[in-house]
Amino acid sequence: MLNIKNLHVQINDKEILKGINLNIQPGEIHVLMGINGSGKSTLVKTISAHYDCVVNAGSIKYKDEDLLKLNPTQRANEGIFMSFQNPVEIPGINNMYFLKTALNEKRKHLQKKELNAASFLKLVKSKTSEFNMDDAVLKRNLNEGFSGGEKKRNELLQLLILEPKLLLLDEIDSGLDIDAIKTVATGINSLLDGKRSLLMITHYERMLELIKPNFVHILENGKIIKTGDYSLALKLGKTGFKDIGE
Amino acid sequence: MKNETLHKVISSEYKLGFETIVNSETFPPGLSGDVIKAISSKKDEPKWLLDYRLKAYKKWLQMTEPKWANLDYDTINYQDISYFSAPKKAPNSLDEIDPTILSTYEKLGIPLEEQKLLAGIAVDAVFDSVSVKTTFQDELEKLGIIFCSISEAAQKHPELLKKYLSYVVPSNDNFFACLNSAVFTDGSFVYIPKNVKCPMELSTYFRINALNTGQFERTLIIADEGSYVSYNEGCSAPMRDTSQLHAAVVELVALKDAQIKYSTIQNWYPGDENGKGGILNFVTKRGICKGDNSKISWTQVETGSLLTWKYPSCILKGDNSVGEFYSIALSSLAQQADTGTKMYHIGKNTKSTIVSKGISALKGRNAYRGLVRMAKSASNSRNYSQCDSLLIGNACSAYTFPHQEVRNKSSSVEHEATTSKISDEQLFFLNQRGISEENAISMIVNGFCKEVLQELPMEFAVEAKALLNLSLEGCVG
Repeated sequence: MLNIKNLHVQINDKEILKGINLNIQPGEIHVLMGINGSGKSTLVKTISAHYDCVVNAGSIKYKDEDLLKLNPTQRANEGIFMSFQNPVEIPGINNMYFLKTALNEKRKHLQKKELNAASFLKLVKSKTSEFNMDDAVLKRNLNEGFSGGEKKRNELLQLLILEPKLLLLDEIDSGLDIDAIKTVATGINSLLDGKRSLLMITHYERMLELIKPNFVHILENGKIIKTGDYSLALKLGKTGFKDIGE
Repeated sequence: MKNETLHKVISSEYKLGFETIVNSETFPPGLSGDVIKAISSKKDEPKWLLDYRLKAYKKWLQMTEPKWANLDYDTINYQDISYFSAPKKAPNSLDEIDPTILSTYEKLGIPLEEQKLLAGIAVDAVFDSVSVKTTFQDELEKLGIIFCSISEAAQKHPELLKKYLSYVVPSNDNFFACLNSAVFTDGSFVYIPKNVKCPMELSTYFRINALNTGQFERTLIIADEGSYVSYNEGCSAPMRDTSQLHAAVVELVALKDAQIKYSTIQNWYPGDENGKGGILNFVTKRGICKGDNSKISWTQVETGSLLTWKYPSCILKGDNSVGEFYSIALSSLAQQADTGTKMYHIGKNTKSTIVSKGISALKGRNAYRGLVRMAKSASNSRNYSQCDSLLIGNACSAYTFPHQEVRNKSSSVEHEATTSKISDEQLFFLNQRGISEENAISMIVNGFCKEVLQELPMEFAVEAKALLNLSLEGCVG
């Protein structure tokens, strides 16, 4: 699904990623952990072609194609979805209209028929009721005046509607109460059908209990310094990052 | 000092004689009493109208070009302009039209027959439009509605024209209105009789010859007691014009219980990214709600011109009268817009609403300038103003100059203003959800303009949306 080799990335003249190697197979769940500033978000942003991230060296292959050639929109429509740590507010764009446009852009890209308003509405309602979400946010402007929790749940809704192939989740659980974390985890799990892959940044053990990773990577200073399985995350929870480094 | 030089140049004897001027198809550049006489004679105007023009010209000579607007442009030399030109030779087919214009027509989804009309192709090639024109003229006539050119009105309805010309905009109102009064070429004249609701949107578009009225357009609309009319000016198709200066005057008169809705889409040539070649648009638009319970509503979408200087205003004289101003002004490339409105509350219980949306992109500069005045007599009156600015990119700018005067204690004035910017983060967010840069910008802009777009007549609103998207093409990345 995703193959990263010797990736070097800088932001504002500062090298943040210093040689990342990462291989994600279809159906795998990977978790990135590490102290603040170790490069976790930069890695996720680089995969989705954020304008801040300048790739100096290395390669990223997605479905065996050179991903670095594609712009953010193309990557999105090829099935890469990134949830934002702080989703930006966009006044003037109705949330429902936004969702419909995003879905139909993707369908157009895949040469599928666009959904009309009625069938789209049906789809959204089925998702909100399945995951017990309040659909009042749909009538408001995109993220405008949303609470932290509402923004994160809105990210989940986008995820559920767009059904990406590769999920990049940057702290989708932060700022959520226990019940909301459960909702979000249930939503994510519903997408994990053994074909989709997930790369997730989280600081919460609770999230890892709900979505059990196959691989846990620890980043330090722009490099993956250790890779293990779920037990590594558990060990981290007890000892912290200090004793992990070698 | 500059004014003196100007005065000297203007008052100096015109080189060519009057007869020579009248006999030429297009007048040689220059302005003088003789030129004005020649315009009037070309149109076979009554003497009072010629006197009106000459009086305005005399006043204009003593006036100075206003410089208070937030606009930069080179000095206009009024002697370099030709003040009359016969309609240009009509092209024979679309093959003779500039392909860039044709491609814009296509992007706007304008049907082929209409494209021909817009491109000014000889009228006999567009039978459909002509028959549309005549059938609806018949219908209007049955209701007693007059809809013709100002020149025609001077011949056929002199008493109405004489009574209402300069009823709202005195000929010496301002420098540009005064110039227009002296040299106006043509424009629309509308009269709606008592208690008649005009059954269709009147549009310059149907009055074919109005498409070629040139740079000094004059429009006068009178809605008699209890009548209603909706008038659409311009269209979204690009208007290329070789003349740089445009100075139009529009006057609206609403008598008791009458309503006038005036919608504009202005898409004159904006010039290139360095501001070369664009139109300088200086327009005076003003309406009076003369009778009680009357209403005037201005809606404008301004996307063209290098320079826009325009303040559609309402004089709310009748008690309970209502004035509205809804505006979208988009400045991209090197365009500059200084636009807004004036609401003069004179009658009791008068109400005005101002919604202004300014969009600046690339090197565009956009200013809202507004005046709300509550006279002592305007008790229990209300105004609500909302001015929002949207910036796209880092080289553009937005300004707001609101001015409020309240001279009584029972009236209220409200003003809200916001400035926002389409940020890289917003664009990236939308891109990451699969929405391309251009679609993303158009979504944000359309959302931003929603309140104004919904004030436009249906078809006009569709055109306006397409036009906004087109005007913003390539303004990012």
